[in-house]
Amino acid sequence: MTATGQGVALFAGIAAVLVVASMIGVMLQRREATTGRNAVIENLNSRIKTWWAILLAFWLAFWLGKAGAIALFGLASFASLREFLTLTPTRRADHLVLAIAFFVVLPLQYYLIWIKWYELFLIFIPVYAFLLLPIVAALRGDTVAFMPRVAEVQWGLMICVFCLSHVPALLTLDIPGYEGRHLLLIGFVMIVVQFNDVLQYVWGKLIGRRKIAPQVSPSKTVEGLVGGVLSATLVGMALWWITPFSPWQAGAIALVINLMGFFGGLVMSAIKRDRGVKDWGETLKGHGGILDRLDSIVFAAPIFFHLTRLWWAV
Amino acid sequence: MGALDGGAVEACHACSSQVPSLALNRLPNTSSIKVIATAAAFTGLARCFTSVRAHWLGCAPELVPRIYFANHTSHVDFVLIWTVLSPAQRRVVRPVAGADYWLANRLRRFLSEQVFRAVLIDRNPEPLRHPIAQMADVLDAGSSLIVFPEGTRKTGPERLLPFKSGLYHLARSRPHVEVVPVWIENLSRVMPKGEIVPIPLLCSVTFGTPLRVSEDEDKTAFLDRTRHALLELRRDRNIAP
Repeated sequence: MTATGQGVALFAGIAAVLVVASMIGVMLQRREATTGRNAVIENLNSRIKTWWAILLAFWLAFWLGKAGAIALFGLASFASLREFLTLTPTRRADHLVLAIAFFVVLPLQYYLIWIKWYELFLIFIPVYAFLLLPIVAALRGDTVAFMPRVAEVQWGLMICVFCLSHVPALLTLDIPGYEGRHLLLIGFVMIVVQFNDVLQYVWGKLIGRRKIAPQVSPSKTVEGLVGGVLSATLVGMALWWITPFSPWQAGAIALVINLMGFFGGLVMSAIKRDRGVKDWGETLKGHGGILDRLDSIVFAAPIFFHLTRLWWAV
Repeated sequence: MGALDGGAVEACHACSSQVPSLALNRLPNTSSIKVIATAAAFTGLARCFTSVRAHWLGCAPELVPRIYFANHTSHVDFVLIWTVLSPAQRRVVRPVAGADYWLANRLRRFLSEQVFRAVLIDRNPEPLRHPIAQMADVLDAGSSLIVFPEGTRKTGPERLLPFKSGLYHLARSRPHVEVVPVWIENLSRVMPKGEIVPIPLLCSVTFGTPLRVSEDEDKTAFLDRTRHALLELRRDRNIAP
């Protein structure tokens, strides 16, 4: 099958899954209509609707190719960083630092992917932004809570820009025998990790009892974790045909990124809990903010990128 | 953004002073393409930067005449409120602003008269007509007002400055009109006083339960009550130290 053919098959497959999910949603809604409103089912249905919108955004981006994928994740970084910094205590003296983070650092990071400057892509935020932004903050002269302010803005950039940009950075890898199919690699990591989120939710709702970290996230259960990670790993294995991996390799990599995805959700939940909020934002109906949807991807993407680069790229 | 500075900010100083009115209350009946495009540009920009959400907690977005009073956090406050209103509401909800600033050049005149349909208060010390009467006329004509009773933008850490008396006199002159608190969250971080580049951060606009001035209520009591009602709406998603 050609790369385009595989892409079409992939989108058709996801659309089929969403059709089934939408039908189940409608059925549950009908059944509940007699007994009154059910918040879980209403939330489920708005989640499914949002999934359709996300699928449409990806279809549009992939149709535009490399530029579309970079732009899509650049926008996702922008929206995530906006959510993250909204909940970060900053002061007026940080105004210029924040402006540089949004309007210089973020676009440059994605530009480096566009021009395939791998070495600078890798150190631009961890080294250059890390050193430049505190200098700018210090020059403004406000020393109140200086260290937490500087550290949290840097952390936001690492999570929302640096880590997330590793998804479109997959396009820069030279993998022998995989030429012209890189978008499918983005499809692989997104589908596996998002399925992991969904399946953890489903398993957790169906049979979840033992809570893993009730202080951090009351909805995460052992049953949800095991069931979700294992079934999403099977999904990854079943998708080996769109990757440069063998079925077993695809399964092993899926297992690693699913575990990273789970822990990403846990870490970001800890931050939300500390800030006293349930969601990062209200952009995605049913899900919360963009960052609520991407917290797992953010932790999985750099590991997936480096595993693939280390063993498959030249 | 500089074009928006000044007028709306100082409008409430004007409320409490004795100033005349020009014939500035006329509402244009039709919107040209230019007006529609400018309005779309302002609301589009506001949404890009703030992804602003409206929370109608205490009342529904009805078209009855109301006095919306909000905290003054930035010189683009009324644009944010305006963005979350429906097109039908935008036609009848009018920000109160200073005529000296908003009529100073053609661009500002276009924005204030055609796009935002502001109620422009003349701040000359020679009173021809009281601004409270001018605003009351707008309410009588079926429109609503947006006012900022703090009179100036905050620069310090205070949540809300003391209210000027204009809000009381306005409410007293039309005691049947609903006075609705509107809390604007986070906009002061997006564009603090003196900054040129806005920072993208999530904002929200929360509409509270309508109040009315009661018969025996004095100025201090009413201003206390309205100020308290406004502070009740804050969401504290802005956790600036």
